[in-house]
Amino acid sequence: MRELGSAPLPPLRPDDHVRGPDDAPLVVVYADFECPYCAVVHEQLHERPLRVVFRHFPVRSKHPRAWPASCAAEAAGRQDAFWAMHDALFADQGRLEDPHLWAHAERLGLDIDRFEADRRSAVVAERIQRDFDEGLRAGVATTPAGFVDGRPVDLRQASTMQSISFRE
Amino acid sequence: MTPAPDFSLATEEGGRFERADLLGHTTVLVFYPFAFSPVCTDQLNLYEEVQDEFAQRGARLFGVSCDSTWTQKAFKSQLGITIPQLSDWEPKGEACRAFDVYHDGGFPQRALVLTDPDANIAWRFVAPSPGDLPGANLIFDALAGAR
Repeated sequence: MRELGSAPLPPLRPDDHVRGPDDAPLVVVYADFECPYCAVVHEQLHERPLRVVFRHFPVRSKHPRAWPASCAAEAAGRQDAFWAMHDALFADQGRLEDPHLWAHAERLGLDIDRFEADRRSAVVAERIQRDFDEGLRAGVATTPAGFVDGRPVDLRQASTMQSISFRE
Repeated sequence: MTPAPDFSLATEEGGRFERADLLGHTTVLVFYPFAFSPVCTDQLNLYEEVQDEFAQRGARLFGVSCDSTWTQKAFKSQLGITIPQLSDWEPKGEACRAFDVYHDGGFPQRALVLTDPDANIAWRFVAPSPGDLPGANLIFDALAGAR
């Protein structure tokens, strides 16, 4: 059995996916690559001076291709291309079938055989499951779910974006 | 511990689900306002994602609403979920009232009720508003407390 009772949001850890200036406000985002609201929030976060942590929260009955897309991003990450794949997936959410994932990998210049093995590997699945379970334990119930200073924030509110962008 | 009230809900198969059916099982009744509404959709999708984990803890979940059985079955099919549905369609809201989770607006409040194998209410949670989605972590906390 997995541990799924309530627990605080895990702090930033070495294998988290982090992007943005070191001194910028830190936002932790739980998202799935098939979620349209996540794509919008991704764009808005990217335009602002923020340090963003991406964590996976794929819900398969809602978004059947979210899990394979997360696996593709993790596999790309093993070739130092997590964020490039992340951006490619959010930029083209209508096409998340396997041939589209391979096309993204080719365009990014990845070793396709390695990408293919990695995205189907247990270690990648465990990595995504860890994010999901930790998010669930911290109370994440839908995506996108944002946290600032360990506290939940509603990233779909424009006022939230304003307030976290201009924090000291 | 408070005994579960007497109630009667319609099953997807055309039968009834009543207090006696709680005996011998750990049961979570997931009262939700409306089939096909956005928050209810997210809620049942989320719980579906961890259905195996509920089962491993010996718990079974049921979705409960005042929608008709046909609507619930269509909702379940559209969502691609396995959580069985129970309808409080007629007399409308009677089971919800028995559990004290009937909203003045004419629909179930978003609420979770955990019953133990003796049909006692081991835990209940009523969301502050129908738009609030209780995380699955709350159910796992309650199940751990009930063991």
